[in-house]
Amino acid sequence: MYVAVKGGERAIDNAHRWLEDERRGDRKVTDLSVDQIKTQLSLSIAKVMAEGSLFDPELASLAIKQARGDLIEAIFLIRAYRTTLPRFGVGQPINTDKMIAKRRISATFKDIPGGQLLGPTFDYTHRLLDFKLLADGSIDEFEPGKDTEQMFQHVTQFLNNEGIIETEETSSSEAESPDLTRQPLEIPANRALRLQALTRSDEGFLLGMAYSTQRGFGRNHPFVGELRIGLISVEFEIPEIGFNIEIAEIEISECETVNQFLGSKTHPPKFTRGYGFVFGQSERKAISMALVDRALRWKELGEVSDGAPAQDEEFVLYHGDNIQATGFVEHIKLPHYVDFQAELELIRKIRKTAFEAKKG
Amino acid sequence: MSNSEEDFNFAYLDEQTKRMIRRALIKAICIPGYQVPFASREMPMPYGWGTGGVQVTAACLQETDVLKVIDQGSDDTTNAVSIRKFFERVTGVKTTENTGKASVIQTRHRIPEQVLSEDQILVYQVPIPEPLRFLEPRETETRVMHALEEYGLMHVKLYEDISINGEISTAYAYPVKVNDRYIMDPSPTPKFDNPKMNFCSAIQLFGAGREQRIYAVPPYTKVISLDFEDYPFEASRAEKTCEICGATNTYLDEVVIDDKGTRMFSCSDSDYCNSQKS
Repeated sequence: MYVAVKGGERAIDNAHRWLEDERRGDRKVTDLSVDQIKTQLSLSIAKVMAEGSLFDPELASLAIKQARGDLIEAIFLIRAYRTTLPRFGVGQPINTDKMIAKRRISATFKDIPGGQLLGPTFDYTHRLLDFKLLADGSIDEFEPGKDTEQMFQHVTQFLNNEGIIETEETSSSEAESPDLTRQPLEIPANRALRLQALTRSDEGFLLGMAYSTQRGFGRNHPFVGELRIGLISVEFEIPEIGFNIEIAEIEISECETVNQFLGSKTHPPKFTRGYGFVFGQSERKAISMALVDRALRWKELGEVSDGAPAQDEEFVLYHGDNIQATGFVEHIKLPHYVDFQAELELIRKIRKTAFEAKKG
Repeated sequence: MSNSEEDFNFAYLDEQTKRMIRRALIKAICIPGYQVPFASREMPMPYGWGTGGVQVTAACLQETDVLKVIDQGSDDTTNAVSIRKFFERVTGVKTTENTGKASVIQTRHRIPEQVLSEDQILVYQVPIPEPLRFLEPRETETRVMHALEEYGLMHVKLYEDISINGEISTAYAYPVKVNDRYIMDPSPTPKFDNPKMNFCSAIQLFGAGREQRIYAVPPYTKVISLDFEDYPFEASRAEKTCEICGATNTYLDEVVIDDKGTRMFSCSDSDYCNSQKS
């Protein structure tokens, strides 16, 4: 009985010890090191950092180890830790033009200045299990070419020169870039807040939402203008010294979509944009995010909503957070017997009345 | 996590966060039944486990407080044990199972049977703070409905219940009207507990962590369960006697005790039951 009349405390202690034992698993097998996770499961780490909203590969690795590989549990550990950290200021806007990219592709042009750079992608692998990895996993080291050590202009910029795509507005004040983790989410949200919510949303949720727009629920005709993954520096202005210093170098994925245009006979049409930005190498999520961002922009672009789920800001922003979702969905396993008892009494009473009425 | 004072601020949350929550609490007390948005923090327990209640309790607790935590009316349910241990660890305050000796009581799904006093605070854990949510899923809409005091939809729902089932078919989280103004969700307490909220001497605070809302009922405030003149509200319970203490006026748990489905009834409020026995 999980609600023991007495002894709940001992049951909890024992459950925790059992959990630790199962996490460690067979003692004949070497303990998994945090370094191994950090260096060999980097895509799991990317997800934990993005949805945990904390860029720290070391802590993300620790969380994955502690969570036995359950990434939502790991994200939860990171979130619970993050919330205890003081917020000491707002960094300078990140300029992704200055990214040192290890991957950068455009689907809208055959070739682009700087070239298409595939980088370490699964895209053209054949999904055949590599049984060699079962035995010896020795892999030759790879030295990337010189192409990877340069900065690239954004592909959408080439369209912008022609005035054929909308210009992005930059938010200039903190008020325009509110902090979702320090203020309650209130709807309607501005785009900055929406993007903030999307980048920490569950990847699977965003993927489903994005997919639904492609299948016609809020269709917005996307092309991947550019997808890039690489390192950028984060700068912070220290008021006491009056200039910016670099406080971190982080890996991010960025996706800019080029979407169908707006316009009329009098206003020349322009392409519109969707934007995705995610910590780590997370291109599935960056692309999904860009599609959902674009779907949510219908109002500001003067479009008519289809009433599709992906166009519904309240629906998307309130249900994309996997820590909120997992908590509330799973909480129904907690004791609810007091409420169930109240329902039992009610249904018995209604049934009694119904039986009596039937007997007449 | 080891000892409290070394590793954590008192009551886990930093002082700025506590101040933010206290501001929301003061606003909530000033506007009884109104849901105040607050910047709920991620807690080290999952949403749905009482993160709202835990944050409210954390913002209220002082070193001299005595804390009681109940879930389903009992101090010994697993989640009550877990939350009590959390506060023991991060505050070091005294805890008790004795309702009368507690200055702060955090609860999930019940109001204690013992009448509360002026020097007590009752903190409720709330899953869905919006009483209109299941009639209107959009927060943007329900906030306007509250602002305009437009509660017709709720009365139609109660009326439809009666026309279909001959009864208002809400057995818990039964909606109340606070101070003749706001319709409020009492949290998923059985409707048996609703009358205890009316003109209660204690401060009643409600925390919904995931939904980022705080609301309150100040002491001695009118809290009326919605009903109709010809279908008056009824605080129902199993019409049985507690088989442990013999109480006839308490809310009872129905426990299946063998494979034949034999039932036993006993008080859900374990502290009250113990006090009646002795």
